[in-house]
Amino acid sequence: MKKPILILPCSGIGKPFGSIARDATFRVCDELRLGKADTLCLSLLVMGDEEARNRVASSQCIVVDGCPMACSRNNVDRSAGNIVTEFKVMDLLRENRGFKPREVTFLDEDGEKLSKILADKIAAKIDELMEESE
Amino acid sequence: MKIKPKVGVVSCSGECCSLGTLSRVATRFVLEDLRYDQTVTICLPLFLAGETQEHGFAKEHPTIAVDGCGKLCAKKAITKYSNKPAAGVDVEALLKEWGVDPPKNRRILDSVELGEARRLAELLAAKVDEIQEAD
Repeated sequence: MKKPILILPCSGIGKPFGSIARDATFRVCDELRLGKADTLCLSLLVMGDEEARNRVASSQCIVVDGCPMACSRNNVDRSAGNIVTEFKVMDLLRENRGFKPREVTFLDEDGEKLSKILADKIAAKIDELMEESE
Repeated sequence: MKIKPKVGVVSCSGECCSLGTLSRVATRFVLEDLRYDQTVTICLPLFLAGETQEHGFAKEHPTIAVDGCGKLCAKKAITKYSNKPAAGVDVEALLKEWGVDPPKNRRILDSVELGEARRLAELLAAKVDEIQEAD
C-alpha cells in the first residue's frame, strides 16, 4: 500500500478561512480519501517533534492555508517538508466570489460549500499524485 | 479604575485527533459567547512561527493554554516564547477525570460532545474570571 499523502491545514482560529482549511482536510482524510491521505498536528511539527519532522520530510505534503500569513507552508518549509502542492483559501474565495463565509466555530452554509469545493480539489490532487507515483 | 488586560486563550487545535477539535470549539465558545469582552486569541502555529510581535502576545496578556493532549504544545510554546501561562488545561487528562470518552469524529461533534465542549468552555471561563480577579 502506498504511503498516505500528508495534508497540513493551518487551522487558524480567528477567522472562517482557517476553519475551512481544517474542515476540508478532515473531509479528505476521514471520508473522501480514507487511507490515502493523513494529517498531523501543525503545532507539534513547529515545536520540533522529531517524529512529525520525519513524517513531513519523508512524505508528499499538501499545505492548506487560510490567510496570507501562510503558517502551514512556512512551517512545513522550515521543517524541511516535501511540499508538493499548496492550496490557499483566499484563492478559493476569489474563484467563488458569491460565497461569504462568516462563522468560525461551526461553518455556515457558505463555509460548508467552500469546504466541500476545497476538499474535492484536494482529493483530485491526491488522485493525480498517486497516479504519478504508480 | 484599573483596566484589566484581556486574557489570551490559546488552543492547540491539534489536527491529529478529536481532542484538538474539542479544545478549539470550547475556546471559541469562550471567545464569542461566555467571555466575549474579556478574551482574545492567537493561532498557535502563528504564535510559534511568528516574530517579536506574535511572541509578545503572552507578555501582553495573561494566557490560558488549552491543550488537547499530553504533548502540551500550547503550554510549552507559551512558556518558551513569552511567560509561563497563567493557567492551562490538558483536555485529554480532564476527560479521563470526568470519565468521558474523546469525541468520535474530529470534524463534527454530536450533541453530547458539544455538551462536553460547553462544560470545558465554562471551566475556561471560570479560569478567565480567576485570572482577572487576581490581577
